[in-house]
Amino acid sequence: MSVKLLYFAWVRERIGKPAEEIEPPPGVATVADLVAWLSARGEAYAHAFENPKVVRAAIDRAHAKPDSAIAGAREIAFFPPMTGG
Amino acid sequence: MQLSTISLQHEPFDAAAEAAELRRGRTDIGAVVTFTGICRGEENGEAIAALTLEHYPAMAEAEIARQVEAAQRRWSLLGVRVIHRFGRIAPGEEIVLVVTASSHRHDAFAAAEFLMDYLKTRAPFWKQVELRDRTAWVEARRSDESAAARWGASDPREAAE
Repeated sequence: MSVKLLYFAWVRERIGKPAEEIEPPPGVATVADLVAWLSARGEAYAHAFENPKVVRAAIDRAHAKPDSAIAGAREIAFFPPMTGG
Repeated sequence: MQLSTISLQHEPFDAAAEAAELRRGRTDIGAVVTFTGICRGEENGEAIAALTLEHYPAMAEAEIARQVEAAQRRWSLLGVRVIHRFGRIAPGEEIVLVVTASSHRHDAFAAAEFLMDYLKTRAPFWKQVELRDRTAWVEARRSDESAAARWGASDPREAAE
């Protein structure tokens, strides 16, 4: 099942693109699994996720945690801690 | 009359006009708190030429709406107006506006502070500063996290549940 990934701020810069469609293999069940799988895809991803604790995630436009399940997600975003306001 | 209005825009706003609009024609409102966040001309002691705010539009709208709903559940509010700008913003220009209206001042004050603390730590916006010779992403402040934590959930991701 394909899912849209979005990247923001320095996560976007490190990965080198703002968005992509991916098809995670079976067994990639949580946000943390997805981060590990992406990190193994190449140096840019590994750089973006070198400190996974710093990178935040959102599933379908709501904040998610590393152990949040990604089944059924249409849009998953990765970004640094927010600095708005 | 709408109880809350949220706008994400690049254009500047007029805080006084927004506050006046919120209570136009109403006599039930006894207190209006208006907070405006402004772009400073320095970051960590270094002069900046401008800020650029990147955001995640669809989530920003949804997340701010969730924060406003949480404020409305917690305090007795008669109106809420939030404006968050994005794009390039020069020192001295406004970035964010929160206006809260209530019968008595306590609810408006508390809700405005709550909304600002949550906007800082939960709304998907990221500031980049233009320095003299480079650009840099602004780092999240621990003090903003602890300011948000005093309202309840200590982790911004708790709001998701």
